[in-house]
Amino acid sequence: MSATNGLAVGHQRDYAGAKLGMWVFLFTELMLFGGMFILYAVYRTTHADDFHYAAGELDTLVGTMNTLILLTSSLTMALSIAAMRTARKTVSIVFLVLTIALGIWFMVNKYFEWGAKFEHGLYPNSELLLQRAKGEILFFGLYFTMTGLHGLHVFIGVVVLSVVAIKMANRPYDHIAFAGEGRDDLRGARLALLDDSGRRLWASEPMDDSVKEVSVRVKYLPVPRRIRREDFAVLENAGLYWHLVDIIWIFLFPLFYLIT
Amino acid sequence: MNDNDTERERAGFGVYVLSWVALLILTATTVTVAGMHLGKLSVFTAVIIAAVKATVVLFFFMHLKYEKPFFRTMVCIALGALVIFIGLTFTDILYR
Repeated sequence: MSATNGLAVGHQRDYAGAKLGMWVFLFTELMLFGGMFILYAVYRTTHADDFHYAAGELDTLVGTMNTLILLTSSLTMALSIAAMRTARKTVSIVFLVLTIALGIWFMVNKYFEWGAKFEHGLYPNSELLLQRAKGEILFFGLYFTMTGLHGLHVFIGVVVLSVVAIKMANRPYDHIAFAGEGRDDLRGARLALLDDSGRRLWASEPMDDSVKEVSVRVKYLPVPRRIRREDFAVLENAGLYWHLVDIIWIFLFPLFYLIT
Repeated sequence: MNDNDTERERAGFGVYVLSWVALLILTATTVTVAGMHLGKLSVFTAVIIAAVKATVVLFFFMHLKYEKPFFRTMVCIALGALVIFIGLTFTDILYR
């Protein structure tokens, strides 16, 4: 996460390395869910009828709504990164907050969906569930495990995105203090801001004896040269994670809700 | 400052909105197809449509289209590994 606070001048950051690392992490996630999808595929093959019957009890409407919510959150996430790329910090934060809100909405829907199942006595190892056919027990076991793990990922994603949003909102300032060797060094001196060619953009009044110390507060304005790549590698990586969570749902949705 | 950007170009807002519209259309398609009771084909179409949707997300939202080939190769290797796992499991299940 060192890339997040890398605003200090001269601080080296490896953007490509950070992104590569994120992708490798995503592959481990892929294998984690991949294993479960294999389990699903196998049990589905061996208990096809039970799976079809059990899937009929899931609310397709809620599933479809959650799909639309996650797809839209992926859009706002991508737009947030695109806005940051073009140095529109406020737009970027607005899209990021929208993404977080959609993620929370998804979890709220999931809460009510699971809550309804629990009320009907359907939860892992419940007496009612254990009386059913083996395939249905397996279906609901997989349903709770996979959507539960996915929900956990959504939760983690919301937390990560919130941290990034707060970090972006509190863009750090750099404080650089130049202490003179003695008062003689400052007397009559001016503080000036020069551009690359040495042209003076701004200069203070000449300093008198009363000036003992000058501190300069540098604010990096959100211009593309300053904020693209290095500083927001973390935003992009959080985005990659969020999109992966979306992809997993893209597969979970038809396999659990649409096989009735 | 490091200047090792990995992407060749940037997509604009329009590309993302179009991707999103495509994803919504595909979602509508998969829900409609599921309602048509195609039997064994329904699983097949559902997985195919999901794969297309995932590809849209990977290529546009996750920038794979604009990344260096290295990233795409990596993703292919990971997905290939998964396909091998699934394939081997099913040769076991179906011909046991």
